Amino acid sequence: MSVIRNAELVPAPARRNFATLFSNVSRWRVPLSILALCILPWVLPSQALAVNVLIYGLVAVGYNLLFGYTGLLSFGHAAFFGAGAYATGIAIGAFGLHWFIAMLIGVLVSGLLATVMGVLAIRTRGIYFSMVTLALAQLVYYAALQASSWTGGENGLRGFTVSTLHLPGFSVNFLDPLVKYYAIMIVVAAALWFVSRVLSSPFGAVIEAIRENETRARACGYDVERTKLLSFILSGILCGLAGTLSAMHLSIVPLDSLHYHTSGLIVMMTLLGGAGSFFGPFIGALAFLSMEDIFSLWTSNWQLIVGVIFILFVLYLPKGIWGTLISWGKSR
Amino acid sequence: MTVQLIAMQLFSGLALGAVLIMVALGLSIIFGMLGIVNFAHGALFMVGAYAGLYVAGLTGSFWWALLIAPVMIGLFGMLIERFLIRPLYGRSPDDPLLLTFGLGYVLVEAVRIFFGTDGIPFSTPGALRGVVNLGIGFFPLYRLFVIGVVVAVLLLLWIGLEKTKFGLIVRAGSADPLIMRVLGVDISRLWLVVFGIGVGITALGGVLAAPMRNVSPEMGTLVLAEAFVVTVIGGMGSLPGAVIAGLIVGVSVSMTSLFAPEMATIVMFALMALILLVRPNGLYGRAAPGL
Repeated sequence: MSVIRNAELVPAPARRNFATLFSNVSRWRVPLSILALCILPWVLPSQALAVNVLIYGLVAVGYNLLFGYTGLLSFGHAAFFGAGAYATGIAIGAFGLHWFIAMLIGVLVSGLLATVMGVLAIRTRGIYFSMVTLALAQLVYYAALQASSWTGGENGLRGFTVSTLHLPGFSVNFLDPLVKYYAIMIVVAAALWFVSRVLSSPFGAVIEAIRENETRARACGYDVERTKLLSFILSGILCGLAGTLSAMHLSIVPLDSLHYHTSGLIVMMTLLGGAGSFFGPFIGALAFLSMEDIFSLWTSNWQLIVGVIFILFVLYLPKGIWGTLISWGKSR
Repeated sequence: MTVQLIAMQLFSGLALGAVLIMVALGLSIIFGMLGIVNFAHGALFMVGAYAGLYVAGLTGSFWWALLIAPVMIGLFGMLIERFLIRPLYGRSPDDPLLLTFGLGYVLVEAVRIFFGTDGIPFSTPGALRGVVNLGIGFFPLYRLFVIGVVVAVLLLLWIGLEKTKFGLIVRAGSADPLIMRVLGVDISRLWLVVFGIGVGITALGGVLAAPMRNVSPEMGTLVLAEAFVVTVIGGMGSLPGAVIAGLIVGVSVSMTSLFAPEMATIVMFALMALILLVRPNGLYGRAAPGL
């Protein structure tokens, strides 16, 4: 009650302005994101950075579905990112498949891997979950390291290049940086629209219910395990899609893309931007990669600075950049 | 393939398992008391090894390193608990996990600045070089020593927990911190000490492991994953579980490297997946922790 009474003390117009602003931003979230992504290569110092923001932004968006919305802290999402990248690279390099089929295979493989890992990891709860996802992702890492005849082992996967995207009726020059950016952006935009639809569907409401109170969600009759698994798979597929884009962008899949550090990077970006919000992950990826870009200019130990900033965020701004902005706006 | 070879490999597995037990024990003690998973554990293992290297270089003696480095890192762990983790009690259990993850990141980078990015060899102390004839074959003396130290630490820990007043308070605090607070025990001081002990044990594991592998900033990452595998198999928060699972993992890794070397890095994770299917809470685990 007292909260409502206090709110009434604030001058009405100011409060309404902020409230309508945030509800409008939320309603137009997909077009607004696409607009922001369209101008990104023109405001960032380099196009390479812009493409990285696109790819890692998509990874963080996929991860956010699981961590931010379902409340499951996975430390193994590099496995899906890497699996998507490797599967695409192998499909193009070793089998000479069309890039589109290769992308489909990449997404499919990461989805299958997410199903297997999800079935195992979701048997555990709470803190166990983070440890099990980490350990299973390490298994994938070592498997890729051992299967060097397929994956190239420590040197990474090389020997496949996508220079032209052949589409029915026309073809796109994939070597032009700007064209490449917008081609990747179209895929990312479609994925964003998909995530937005998932979040506003009844399924999106159920995963948030599980995050808020798992016992109550179960008592309400929802199949918690199956919902978690589905969220895990969707999240893995989105990360896998980002992996396929990364493989086509770089024409190489480094072994590091499967490493524990990549999983950690994904967690840091998502938390930095704001877990559990639509724009948060992209803002996090933008902030993280910009910091890397700036700090690595004057020190090779930029990870130290980024790590300290991350610790400060966990301590003082656990809602991340965007999450803090939202709660600040709502309290006005 | 002789019986001798298999027996030797079994012993190597015990030495490998002994180091894993140290790391998993530290992890389990901290989880059992404070209810948090320390993701900086691998990094602290690595920092322990470097501290050992530093002290050994300073004093010229491995024995001082074995004694001083774990105490040093244990005290450092207490600082971490006091200033970084304590503000997070009462928040989501994910927050300390995220914070310690970030801390591990920072520690690895800090070590790179001070000691360089390359691995540094850590020579086996003179008195422990050479081999011992065990009747079935010759076994490196140092590995035997590692097994001995771990057995001694386990005994000390067991006496400390089961036979002393402090151990009684720790066990009671692990069972119900709220009641302990009502009874007038300063639980936050207890947590500080327990975190320090857990980190110190891991650092000791790092010093012990240093002569068996090179010391490098990345050595903690693999150890962290291995320690997780051990705790998941043994059951989170269970000390006997950590010991038995550590031995199982150590022996199965060294046995696999004898029969199918390319599977050696994978076998422990497969073992964990199997245990998860049969017993989701591990061999000795309590039901559904963390919630």
